[in-house]
Formats: sequence, C-alpha cells, structure tokens
Amino acid sequence: MKLRDTLTIFRKELREALRDRRTLVSMFLVPAVIMPAIFFLFGTATYQVVKNAKAQPPVIAVLGGVDSPGVHVALKAEPGFIVVAAPDDWRERIADKRLRAVVEIPAGFERSLAEQAPTEVKIYHYEGELKSGFAVGELRRFFNERRQRVLADRLAARELPASFARPFEINTENVAPPEKVGGNTFGGFIPYLLILLCFTGVIYPAIDLTAGEKERGTLETLLCSPASRLDIVLGKFLLVLTVSLTTVACSLVSMTASLLVGGLVMVGSGRMAAQLGGASDGAGAAALPMLDPMGLVGVVVLVLPLAVLFAAGALTIALFARTQKEAQTYLAPLVAVVILPAFAGLLPGVELNATLALVPVLNVTLACKELVSGVWPWGQLVLIFGSTCVYAAAALAGCVRMFSRESVLFRT
Amino acid sequence: MIAARHLTKLFRDKKRGEIRAVDDVSFTCEPGRIYGLLGANGAGKTTTLRMLATLIAPSGGEAVVAGCDVATHPAQVRARVGFLAASTALYGRLTARETIHYFGRLNGLDEARIAARTATLAEELGMAEFLDRRVDTFSTGMKQKTSIARTLVHDPEVLILDEPTLGLDVMAARGIVRFVRECRARGKTVIYSTHIMSEVEKLCDRVGIIHGGKLLAEGTLDELRERHGERDLEEIFVKVAGGEAVV
Repeated sequence: MKLRDTLTIFRKELREALRDRRTLVSMFLVPAVIMPAIFFLFGTATYQVVKNAKAQPPVIAVLGGVDSPGVHVALKAEPGFIVVAAPDDWRERIADKRLRAVVEIPAGFERSLAEQAPTEVKIYHYEGELKSGFAVGELRRFFNERRQRVLADRLAARELPASFARPFEINTENVAPPEKVGGNTFGGFIPYLLILLCFTGVIYPAIDLTAGEKERGTLETLLCSPASRLDIVLGKFLLVLTVSLTTVACSLVSMTASLLVGGLVMVGSGRMAAQLGGASDGAGAAALPMLDPMGLVGVVVLVLPLAVLFAAGALTIALFARTQKEAQTYLAPLVAVVILPAFAGLLPGVELNATLALVPVLNVTLACKELVSGVWPWGQLVLIFGSTCVYAAAALAGCVRMFSRESVLFRT
Repeated sequence: MIAARHLTKLFRDKKRGEIRAVDDVSFTCEPGRIYGLLGANGAGKTTTLRMLATLIAPSGGEAVVAGCDVATHPAQVRARVGFLAASTALYGRLTARETIHYFGRLNGLDEARIAARTATLAEELGMAEFLDRRVDTFSTGMKQKTSIARTLVHDPEVLILDEPTLGLDVMAARGIVRFVRECRARGKTVIYSTHIMSEVEKLCDRVGIIHGGKLLAEGTLDELRERHGERDLEEIFVKVAGGEAVV
C-alpha cells in the first residue's frame, strides 16, 4: 500500500465530487436545507390544521332529552360548539364528517338528577377523526362542569365540605432533568435520522465511483496505472466515507440549529404563557426539553464505524453491478434493511441489552437514545463500538477482496 | 520489449463452461517496432493486451514487458507501460491539465516533472487552448489528444494500444496513426491491436493474426504475403482465419 497513491486518488475523487451537482445536493442540500425545511413545513402545517380546527366550533346534535329543557338551553348557549337538530341519518353524517358528534340525553334526565337516581349521557363520535375528537372534548368538558355543579349542590344540601366527595388529590411532578426528558422525546428520532442520512449519503457516490466508472470506461483507465488495487479501493472508500460523514455533520448542525431556534421559540412562548398566568419569569423555560451535548458527541463517535460499514458495504455491492441502474436496483432495497432496525429502536419497550448490543444499526440506535438522555452505559457502549468496528473491518476487507476480482472489475 | 510465451487465459462461464479466450500465444516485439495484432471481434486481442498491461492475470504461460514479468511484478510493468484503448475513457469533471497531473502522480512523478511533461505534451499535441477546460466539454479529437497525453505522461518504454481508433472520425484516427509512428521513431516498443487492415498495412512492422484465441500466423507483411500467396492483407486474413464469416 502507498499512502501517496491513496491520497492522490482520494483528492481527485473529492475534486470530482465537489463538481458534481448530484453529490452536492445529497451531501449539503438535503441534510442542511431540505430535511429541516420538510420538518418545518410539516410542523407548521400540522400546527395550522390543529389551530384552524380548534378555531371552528364543531357541529353537534342532541338526541332525546325533550323533558330536560335546562340541558338543551345550556348546550345551545355553550360557545364551544354549534348545536343543530339531530337528523335521522346522524350516524352516516358523523362518518361523512358533516356532523362531528351526537350527544344522547336519556328520558327524564333532569328528573333523575333531582331524584338523585343514576343516569347516563352517551356521546357518539368518529374515532381518530381530529374534529370529532375536539367535539367529544368540548362535550365532556360541558357535562363534567355540570356534574361538578350538581355534586356541589348535593354536598351543600347536606352541609358537607367539597373534600367529602374528593378526599384526596392526585398530582404529578417531573423530576427528570430536561436533557433526559429531551433525550426520551427526541432520543430515538435523532439517531434514526442520522443513520438514515448516513446510509443514503453513501449510495450515490458508491455507485458513481464503481458501477458508474465501469459504465463510463474510466475504471479501466485507472486500473492500468501503477496504483495498486488496494490504494484505488481505499481512495474511493475514503471519498464515500467523507461524503457520508459530511452528510451526517450537515444534518447534525442543521438539527442543532433547528432545535436552538425551536427552543428559543418555545422559551418565548413559555415565558409568555407564564406571564399571562401570573407566574414568575422563566417558569415556562424550565419545562423546555434539552439534549445532552456530550451525548451528541457520543452519537457521532458511534455513527463513525457505522459509516465505515455502510461505505464499504455499498462500494462492494455497487462494484459488483455492471451498470449504475443495476447498482441502484441492488442498493435501493437496502434502505429498508437499514431503516427497519433503526426504526425498531424508536419503539417503546425496546431497551438496550447485551444481545441487542451486537445487532448492527439497532445497537447504535438504542445506544444513541441513551446517550442523548445523558446516560452512559459504558460496558454496552464498548461492546457496541467494538462489534460495529469488527463489522466495518469485515465489510472493508470484503470490499478490497471484491476489488481484486477481475471477473467483477471487467464484468460489463 | 515485449515477449509473450505460451500465454493462455481461461474464463469460466456458468452456461458455456470453460472458455479459452487466449490459447498458447507467443510473440516478441522489439523496441522501435510496431507489432500489429490483427483479429476479428472476440478473437482474443483485448484479453491478450489486458494480460500484457497486467489488468488481468494469465492462466498459463508468461510474459515479460520492459524487462518485468507481468505475473510477479505487475506494478513495475504498469509503471513502464502506456495503455490506450477505446474502452479507456477520461474523467469528464476534470480538466485536461488535471487529468495529466493525476496520472503523472499515480505514475510516481514529482510536481516539477509533471509540470514539465504537461508543457511538453501540450505543445507536441497542440492542447494549449483547451488544457484548462473540463473534459466533458471536449470534442472527440480533444479527448483523443488528452488520452494520448495521459498515456505518455510518464514517458513509458512500451505502448499497448487496443483498437485506439475505434469510434473515431477520420481526422482523429489519423492523429492516432501519426502519434503511433512518432512513438516508434522515438524507439518505443508498440503493440497495436486492430481489425482494420489498412491501419496494419500503414503502421505495423510485424503482424500476428489471432483467431479463436490462437495466434494462427505471424511475420512481416512481406513474409505473410509470400507464405499465403496473396497481396491483399484482407485475403490473407480470411485464408488464415478459415474462411468467410457467416452473416
């Protein structure tokens, strides 16, 4: 091996890559601009949809309760929804989203309340439909308030305190630090995105430098130079790795910037909410989820051997192909192979253990989830880093071996 | 100098079994001479030249190129050989100067030597006006000149040229023929494969007719004419190759 030749090949590949629009798009534009823009637009759109849905009072109908005029009047006076007469096909109308919910008031409802007899109000709705959900929420709030008033009247009539019917309160308080809350919230998502970008980042350069060169006839030109096949494959591998890591770095920078900007917005809105509620400054900011910065460094260290594994694996597979199209056919399905274990790490209840620490991709996802929460399980981290290094070394050895096979190099 | 002795190459194919692409081929090419390897498509020319350029390893026999054995010292062989083929293309996103520089470095030249060779080749080949333009904007002729400069950057003793005029227009092909003659005049050993008879007649000092992987006839043009009783090289080729092809 001659380092001079490896670096010469790497520099030339880098120069070509930086002049290639497609590489620049996948290396810089996608992770730094397009991905954050997609998330921003998606977030904004979701926020607007929910805001608009909340701004429009849902249309509901009331069934029965003719002998309970008080409830009818109170429902119609409620600004949280619009009450219409119940049509005969109210079930179809709920399913067609023309009616958001229907509340059924039983016969003698008010008389039952007065006689302290048990009674039941039933709400019909469309499960999973956003506006129907809002309507159910508003109806629940309305009847809960009404139930509290009835209860308060009954207690007062017996001269009993409010605590008679509510002997104790149940309150919850978060004791986990903000970085752990943040890690738990975003911890699975960040490595998932990084691993996905790390893999998608290697696909185009790996294809271009192997099957692409075969197709264009430049691989034979390079092979007839005195550079050894090992130097050639290492030079190409370094370029694919560089593109992949640059993609990851760009996405990390853009994600950090997005979190900071998003965090500032949340801090601002938290303070505003706190001030409106009469609380002291910063009360809203204290609830802001954060990520452990050292954990993010740990994520990068763990992703490094994974990037080597991806780069070497993609080069090996792409080299085997005759054409770029054939290489794409081989590599595109592998995105799913990478996504599945990365996604499995997002599932609740999947926890890091000694066995999962040996499963490629999944082990890094689970470890990253811990790291961004500020948890450092050193024993498992060493196992994960070591095993991923072994897989990466095996993939690189396979790539070098593939590059020495003339049946593959001249397979056109 | 190139000396091939009983050179053989076997390929294994799942459907067709073992294929003898090159079968017991022996020939010698001296410095300052052009050896023409004449054969139809699939005759074994490219495989023979790829073995001499150490792109693929021989299955049997041996070859010594510029004093180095192709099997035991492939890197030294490649450092002494300039290989140009229709299938050896250029990097579209590099300029001509960057291409020459890249292959100069891979051939172990230092920066000063690369700069000197670039200047010399650019002048000899008339590349000055497009030296700093990207290859993907080049005409066929410009690409051909850049390929020649890439092949000669390390001033190799031996030139292996595999159908270098394939797909070129008349002017570009004439440029190649002129370049090959100049190389011979400079004392380089040249092996030139083609299926174009006129090129062989114009250029080659000795000719080997290869067919079905075997070297069926070899000699100077005059020797071949005398041996086969024909003036026309195409007629000699058809006689040696065993008759007209079925179309």
